[in-house]
Amino acid sequence: MKETPSNKEFPRGGYILNPGNAAEYQTGEWRSMRPVWDKEKCINCMFCWLFCPDLAIIVEEGKVKGINYDYCKGCGICSHECPDRVKAIHMIKEGEQEDRG
Amino acid sequence: MVQRVALTGNEAVALAMKQMNPDVVAAYPITPQTDIVQFFSQYVANGEVDTEFITVESEHSAMSATVGAVAAGARSMTATSSQGLALMWEILYIASSYRLPIVMPLVNRALSGPINIHCDHSDSMGARDSGWIQLYSENVQEAYDNMVQAVRISEHPDVRLPVMVCQDGFITSHGLENLEVLGDDVVREFIGEFVPENPLLNVKKPVTIGALALPDSYMEFKVQQAQAMSKAAQVVEEISEEFARVSGRKYGLFETYQLQDADIAVMLLNSSAGTARMVVDELRAKGVKAGLLKPRMFRPFPARQLTQALSGLKAVAVMDRAEGFANTGGPLFNDTKAALYDAGVQVKVVNYVYGLGGRDLVPQHVHEVFSDLARIAEGEDPSSLVKYLGVQGGVV
Repeated sequence: MKETPSNKEFPRGGYILNPGNAAEYQTGEWRSMRPVWDKEKCINCMFCWLFCPDLAIIVEEGKVKGINYDYCKGCGICSHECPDRVKAIHMIKEGEQEDRG
Repeated sequence: MVQRVALTGNEAVALAMKQMNPDVVAAYPITPQTDIVQFFSQYVANGEVDTEFITVESEHSAMSATVGAVAAGARSMTATSSQGLALMWEILYIASSYRLPIVMPLVNRALSGPINIHCDHSDSMGARDSGWIQLYSENVQEAYDNMVQAVRISEHPDVRLPVMVCQDGFITSHGLENLEVLGDDVVREFIGEFVPENPLLNVKKPVTIGALALPDSYMEFKVQQAQAMSKAAQVVEEISEEFARVSGRKYGLFETYQLQDADIAVMLLNSSAGTARMVVDELRAKGVKAGLLKPRMFRPFPARQLTQALSGLKAVAVMDRAEGFANTGGPLFNDTKAALYDAGVQVKVVNYVYGLGGRDLVPQHVHEVFSDLARIAEGEDPSSLVKYLGVQGGVV
């Protein structure tokens, strides 16, 4: 048998040796549906930020600034939680042409 | 200091564990392994070991706790038999894939059903693909010696895999035999301190164990495991050399008896080798060139070395104490036959399944096998490649 695949690249036993490296894994590529945020409609109630399981709602100084598509898996929870009278986030098919907001 | 004592297989294994003084033992009693847990818990109660003994509610928990303890950085052991091993199943694979050095005495017992407490190898043979190294022991001495060596094999930096040390239920585990045991100091010096690799309890270097590995990496980890297994064979031999220097007892990957000039031979694991050796002596006295091969290491399978040893024979009978229900013979037979085919060695190979659920293998059975072999060696076609020995109503 040839040599073992490098321990550096594949640490023995599947150990993760550098803590907190989940950030390096961009789960955004799993997405099949994409949330689109409308800045004009948004009332900054923070429901989307609160419910997003992937911390993918970008917030600066108490205001929503957009969606981090590197980590957003497209679950649609933000769109669902956005209040009915606001509807600032809607879901489109990934790959469809529309402004990312 | 070498001491000659009379112990049962279970006592000898418990003694080896006491001498090795592991940090953690998590075990659940099951016949015929019960004594190991009982004796060891007595050592703990008497303060003769420093071990943290975890009484668990099942074997699934025993193996899980052992995995957790080794991952934390503690030298850890457990022990089981039969249904207990079956209940450990999913965690056996976890232990080997996390590359955790664990030593587990396995007292071979038939798997249910029908429920049965006596010896066969269906338990360990079922676990043959779980990524554990498997060592087999003919008698009490070998069970003790394998235990001491197993720790070194398991913890070797090139291996880092769990090891199962098998002995036959009741026949060896409860049979009182003379053996030589090493001094506590000799054992402790031989095994040395456990050096954990990335232990969870090292707060200065936090690591994650048990993370998800998807199609982009899972296969690499499995190949690493296979490669560690392929290195294990060499390590088993190296440790054996070292063990010979402290004990005077030398083990290889398998033992051969009168095989050098043999025409016909039987191949079998564990205690039945004693019966077969006696029959070989009887046949040799009559001028029959009979021999014996007893594998010590079944996983990884020592294919190259085995085929070399078998290459001079005219016919060999592989005897399996486990039925695989493939209708192509038992596990030892299949691996041996495949190895011979790959090596291009033209030896006639037949299979005998024997001793299931503790059915005795008596010398007469081995004589029957050898007389079949003598005819096969002379060109007779075996009526069937797979036969059952000692079945009521005759050989099937």
